[in-house]
Amino acid sequence: MYSFEPTEEQHMLVDTVGKYASHDLRTISREAEESRELPKKLIGKGWELGLLQASIPESFGGFGERSAVTGVLAVEELAFGDLAGALAVMTPSLFALPVLLSGSEDQKKEYLPKIIEGDWQPYTAAFIENAFDFDANDLRTTAVLDGGEYVLNGEKACVPFAKEAEAILIYARCDGRTQGFIVPRSAAGLSVGDERERLMGLNALPLYRVKLENVKIPAAHRLGGAAGHAFEPVLASMRLASASAALGVARAAFEYSRDYAREREAFGVKIAQKQAVAFMLAEMRTEIEAMRLLVWQAAWKLDQEKEDAFNEAYLASTGAADMVMMVTDRAVQILGGHGYIREHPVEMWLRNGRGFAMLTGLAMI
Amino acid sequence: MAIEFEAPKPIVQMQTVLKTVAEEMMRSKSRYFDEHEHEIPWDYIEFMHTAMKSMGVGALVPREEKKAEDPNKPKRPPIGYQLLASQIEMLAWGDVGMYLITPGGGLGAAAVQAAGSPEQQAKFLARFIEDKPTFAAMCMTEAGAGSDTSAIRARAVLDEKTHEWVLNGEKIFVTAGDKSLTEYKQLGRGFIVVWASIDPSAGRAGMRAFVVESGTPGVRVVKLEHKLGIRVSDTASISMVDAHIPFENILGSPTVEKTTTGFKGAMATFDATRPLVAISGLGVARAALEFLKGKLKENGIEIRYGLPRQKLTNIEREVIDMDIMLKSAWLMVMKAVWMADNKKPNALESSMSKVKAGDVTTRITQKVVEILGPLGYSREFLAEKWFRDAKITDIYEGTGQINRLVVARQILGYSGSELR
Ligand SMILES: Cc1cc2nc3c(=O)[nH]c(=O)nc-3n(C[C@H](O)[C@H](O)[C@H](O)COP(=O)(O)OP(=O)(O)OC[C@H]3O[C@@H](n4cnc5c(N)ncnc54)[C@H](O)[C@@H]3O)c2cc1C
Repeated sequence: MYSFEPTEEQHMLVDTVGKYASHDLRTISREAEESRELPKKLIGKGWELGLLQASIPESFGGFGERSAVTGVLAVEELAFGDLAGALAVMTPSLFALPVLLSGSEDQKKEYLPKIIEGDWQPYTAAFIENAFDFDANDLRTTAVLDGGEYVLNGEKACVPFAKEAEAILIYARCDGRTQGFIVPRSAAGLSVGDERERLMGLNALPLYRVKLENVKIPAAHRLGGAAGHAFEPVLASMRLASASAALGVARAAFEYSRDYAREREAFGVKIAQKQAVAFMLAEMRTEIEAMRLLVWQAAWKLDQEKEDAFNEAYLASTGAADMVMMVTDRAVQILGGHGYIREHPVEMWLRNGRGFAMLTGLAMI
Repeated sequence: MAIEFEAPKPIVQMQTVLKTVAEEMMRSKSRYFDEHEHEIPWDYIEFMHTAMKSMGVGALVPREEKKAEDPNKPKRPPIGYQLLASQIEMLAWGDVGMYLITPGGGLGAAAVQAAGSPEQQAKFLARFIEDKPTFAAMCMTEAGAGSDTSAIRARAVLDEKTHEWVLNGEKIFVTAGDKSLTEYKQLGRGFIVVWASIDPSAGRAGMRAFVVESGTPGVRVVKLEHKLGIRVSDTASISMVDAHIPFENILGSPTVEKTTTGFKGAMATFDATRPLVAISGLGVARAALEFLKGKLKENGIEIRYGLPRQKLTNIEREVIDMDIMLKSAWLMVMKAVWMADNKKPNALESSMSKVKAGDVTTRITQKVVEILGPLGYSREFLAEKWFRDAKITDIYEGTGQINRLVVARQILGYSGSELR
């Protein structure tokens, strides 16, 4: 059957998350971006929404079951409030969800309860590398088995909360595959850059470079145990999280510019009454809807373990990245010169919008 | 309810059957009828009529949901429009021009379905399951009234003596207008649905639709167009001179209430038919994209899905982008028809699906010809024909611009006079 109606529970969740996003996240959005700081209390409040907790079964201390569909609905809402805040709230899932999806029983038992039973804790993951042709399936960071240990070498970029992290899930190339490795923050040879990353957007999110110089970890720390794990489900989850966050940012920009266009007057009418502006808005709305449905379908396929789910997630994230660029650019255009000024949020959303083409790996669903 | 994308069984089964029809009855004749404009593919018409009749449906109209015989059985959600959209997609994949002249009601029946009373529906829709294939058409456009339907000049005047409507005017660009009106021996008695004003001073509120049957004196086809594409589909001009039709052939109220819009009927029709027109374009786009992929494969080019853009060739990027366009546009149509099936107001979704499909259908077919180079441009293959066929998607049933207006009005809360 085809159906485009979320469940009761999903509606309720979207409602709750939406309130937090538009009241809490949106309120601090600009200040956090300028001061490069997110209030810890705010992250804590977001954590208490229980998005990650609801993805983890009771046996590991959670109270639910992971659903990619629920995930994409929730992430769109969060990102609608503020992208940096949304990513901060979800950072622990960068570690916990791969463990849930691909970890060994021992790894699940060891980490999941610890992560989700308490307050928000800085568990994180290191995925992105600083190269123009960064490729999820062809990493430059390497992991080599040497005796009973893996030796990791390389440099990771944009690792959220790396400085204060308890442990970092590090992705590296291992026998030609991308694999995760659980590395304690204190491991010898692992160093976190003193300076935070300085990007065009996402300034409120503390992101760091992480260097790995002959970092040795026990073989049992390989995600999934000795045999490792399939990487596709993890990558698909990253891609859909990023795609749904793009939906949230795009919707924020669309609604803001729509409301502005209904107020702003030029040549004796509201600018929204000019087709040149109205048509931009119509196309923005249409593209958001188009990509949202592509994201939903990919998420549903992931939940149903359909054969083409991974490819659909790839298509959805590729399309959503283009869409958010188009929508945020037009939002600035619709506000004209005022859009270029940092008093309005649209220039920030434009900067965030550009990031989606390269920042997959900062969220999971 | 939950979000779900599993194709319902009846849709899957129907697609398997129609694929064979599309390949054998349509694709194989595509080029011939493109080059013999105004010839009629009787084989296809008769085959489709027999096939639909044997399935108990006489027309491509949304299937009526059977009343549950066992009230204890859980009621399955209605999928009439979803099934119809899927049928249209497959037929258009075969040949969109031929799809347009599939016997049955087409847009004419859709109008009766959307705006007619139960009695009118029974009276006018029954003919499609009779012995001979039968057509119906929709006549809105006039030489001076295309997008701006308020400029319609056709008049309907009530003759008090005979209690009949008297129609005068000329309609153009009527799809299947010839097959609906002209009395071919192979065809049953068709009809056209004519939009005319019963009160020009009332503007849109005075506009009504009338069912005009084939054989009505004073009504005739005066021209058949020669077109860029969809050449197998007849596009007729129809003139009406003092044409008398029965009083009860009016769809909707015979009196003008100045406050309400008599045009609601037409608009309700469009909400239902826009996604169907959208998906007819997407069928063409899919045909073109599949053809391109096949040719690339023949030439040893594999699309490496999953790579970052930085590592893809230009052709790979183009194909992947086209996949995204096509899949997302298809989903928009399915959402719009799903809403129709579930009686949710879908004016926004319906028009958005048409905006999107109009765009992606033209873009994909144009790109395919470009990427295929001389192969794309050659009449040896169908790519160039699909390019020509596709363009109509962004023109009829509301141009891309008109549908953008509808979307914009919806999202801005504007009336037609606030955003024109
Ligand atoms: C092959 C074919 C089949 C058809 N079948 C049918 C049929 O079965 N029944 C029927 O009734 N009609 C049919 N039509 C007519 C079709 O719906 C009209 O051609 C269409 O609505 C556009 O009207 P027009 O051609 O007069 O263009 P115009 O209305 O003159 O438009 C010209 C251009 O101006 C733009 N434009 C117009 N108004 C606005 C506005 N307010 N804002 C911005 N831009 C605007 C349009 O988008 C277009 O780009 C068919 C047409 C063709 C070509």
